[in-house]
Amino acid sequence: MIKHLVFTVLFFNLSVVYAQEIQEEIIEEELVEEVVFEVVAIVVPAKYTWEISGNIQGDYRYFEAEGLYFGQEQEYFSSIFNPEIYVEWDNRNQLVQFKGFARLNQHDIEQTHWDIRELYYQKIIANWEVSVGKKQIYWGFTESNHLVNIINQDDFLEGNGVANKLGQSMIHISNYGDMGTIDVMVMNDFNPIQFPGAKGRLRPPFFIDYNSTTYESKDGKNNTDLAVRWSHSINAVDVGVSHFKGTSRTPLFTTTDGVNFAPHYELIDQTGLELQASSGSMLWKLEAIQRKSKRKTIQAYTIGGEYTLVTKRGYDVGLLAEYNYDNRGAESITGLNDDIFVGLRIGLNDGQSTSFLGGMSKDNESGTISYFAEANRRLGDSWKVSAKAFGFKDVAKDEFLYLLRKDGFIEISLAKYF
Amino acid sequence: MKMRKIKSILLGGLLLVVTVVSAQTPEEKGLAIALQAELADNGWGNSSNSLTMTLKNKNGQTTVRKTHGFFLEVPGDGDMSMTVFDTPKDVKGTASMTFTHKVGDDDQWLYLPALKRVKRISSSNKSGPFMGSEFAFEDLSSQEVEKFNHKYISLVKVSGTVCHKIERYPVSKKSGYTKIIIYLNKENLRPEMLSFFDRKGAKLKTLTYSGYQQYLGKYWRASAMKMVNHLNGKETLLSFENYKFNDPTITKDSFTQNSLKRVK
Repeated sequence: MIKHLVFTVLFFNLSVVYAQEIQEEIIEEELVEEVVFEVVAIVVPAKYTWEISGNIQGDYRYFEAEGLYFGQEQEYFSSIFNPEIYVEWDNRNQLVQFKGFARLNQHDIEQTHWDIRELYYQKIIANWEVSVGKKQIYWGFTESNHLVNIINQDDFLEGNGVANKLGQSMIHISNYGDMGTIDVMVMNDFNPIQFPGAKGRLRPPFFIDYNSTTYESKDGKNNTDLAVRWSHSINAVDVGVSHFKGTSRTPLFTTTDGVNFAPHYELIDQTGLELQASSGSMLWKLEAIQRKSKRKTIQAYTIGGEYTLVTKRGYDVGLLAEYNYDNRGAESITGLNDDIFVGLRIGLNDGQSTSFLGGMSKDNESGTISYFAEANRRLGDSWKVSAKAFGFKDVAKDEFLYLLRKDGFIEISLAKYF
Repeated sequence: MKMRKIKSILLGGLLLVVTVVSAQTPEEKGLAIALQAELADNGWGNSSNSLTMTLKNKNGQTTVRKTHGFFLEVPGDGDMSMTVFDTPKDVKGTASMTFTHKVGDDDQWLYLPALKRVKRISSSNKSGPFMGSEFAFEDLSSQEVEKFNHKYISLVKVSGTVCHKIERYPVSKKSGYTKIIIYLNKENLRPEMLSFFDRKGAKLKTLTYSGYQQYLGKYWRASAMKMVNHLNGKETLLSFENYKFNDPTITKDSFTQNSLKRVK
């Protein structure tokens, strides 16, 4: 049903552009010999504003230890392509946004993949926004964990960072007023999670039988998921309250033989709270969720803050500290169930926007440590170089991360923006 | 007889005004002129413009950044502003929304399009440089009278223009300055030059305004602002274009988190 709507709306818009195109070509008949680029510029009516942008990136990743599992390599070259197209018309009251993603990986065929991160049509009517298509929605304030952020599935082939989310099909209605913003989303076409293939790193040792994936919903991956959120900013306080009803983004794994594991997706009800308050140099942050399924109810929260200061040389320095609690224990993929996180953010505020972010989490009970560091800097006007390190130490045997304990890596990337 | 009486009353009144003026302390006079300057710029409603920022280092090498933005005057409080980055390309689409307040900390949010994430920016960042330029965030945010204590110095000539020289001292402890000397054009009270002094009392930077144009028959806007840093020898030139006023689509609703995510 939703898919249908997506197609109809997009088709409708394409046909509008096409009709304009023909009309303009007749008028501009003498210009037929012009180069293609100029013809394109002519056929788009002045009322339309459009833009093509994006980036191409090359990555070199080196894993410090040999893989635990057969087929894994230590060095991986890969490249990413992120194209973006944006068209607006009707005095910016209608727009289409497209954002694609593709990665080529040297060794792992599974990690060579593509996704439509965004492809949606949006119409703005006074204080209302209506969008139809694939979107990316981000909720939340904390840095070490993103409990409330539930709409988009992780692109786990890219790692579990917030920047790596799969596009989610939806109808999204948003209204804002003096009492805050209300967002309502109706979703289907669920994206199951996918792990790297046999030759990839950061994967569990067992074979995941995607063909045997089961869903609690009788509609399988086409269950209609619903989400509602109220958010507001009142002076120095930002607040969000949300509820999600639908298929859990995180799978459980079932096995009959101990070798083949089939993902199972439960139906859940998740209520989320986000709170942020600014007081001078301090930003206080809280995210909390309650997630109910037929099987169990879990609670989790992240609480902490960020203190910022500016040094004499004009560097921005942010000191981060957060505590993570999660009562689902070892079931949690992140393992952040009773963990302290500390982090450091530095922005040099220079012409090249040089910045650094690093942090580590330590489990109070098991002692498991995970850490990351990343730095990046612009080169010239349109290039960017970045370096990243990620790893684990003393991983406890009962955590999911134990399966990935040898997968610490360093990575160097070079991106060209256009 | 009657005429003379009126005249003498008028004269007396005038004398009284003069004595009142001269009885003002330099602090009162500085504040009075700052308030007059604010009053002269009241009622502009909303505006939009585009900005080219040229950074120049000691060796004369230049780097260019572009932004565009729109602004709303909020009666009784500080202005609202929305700024979108156009270049460099890796930060294209990054947008910042600021609510300045006459009293207390400003509210500021940054939208990061790659993450689809809105982040609140702590108000302590105000003394940090803006995008590697010689401008600090606080130099570019709306200059509310309440954010400073004032002291009138004298009338001086700046490049041939008669100006009120006023010292102002930032109220906020987070400011990067201890003192700013502002030179307001005596004719129309628009700023012509500012000198910034750091915590040690040394002259840090000088800002000069040029290419003034009048809009709606009342409001003066400079088309260029040049900041010279005396300590590191670097310069930043801001040049403003496409100034527009009275856009009916710029309202309070243009400054929501939804519009921050949507702005291009």
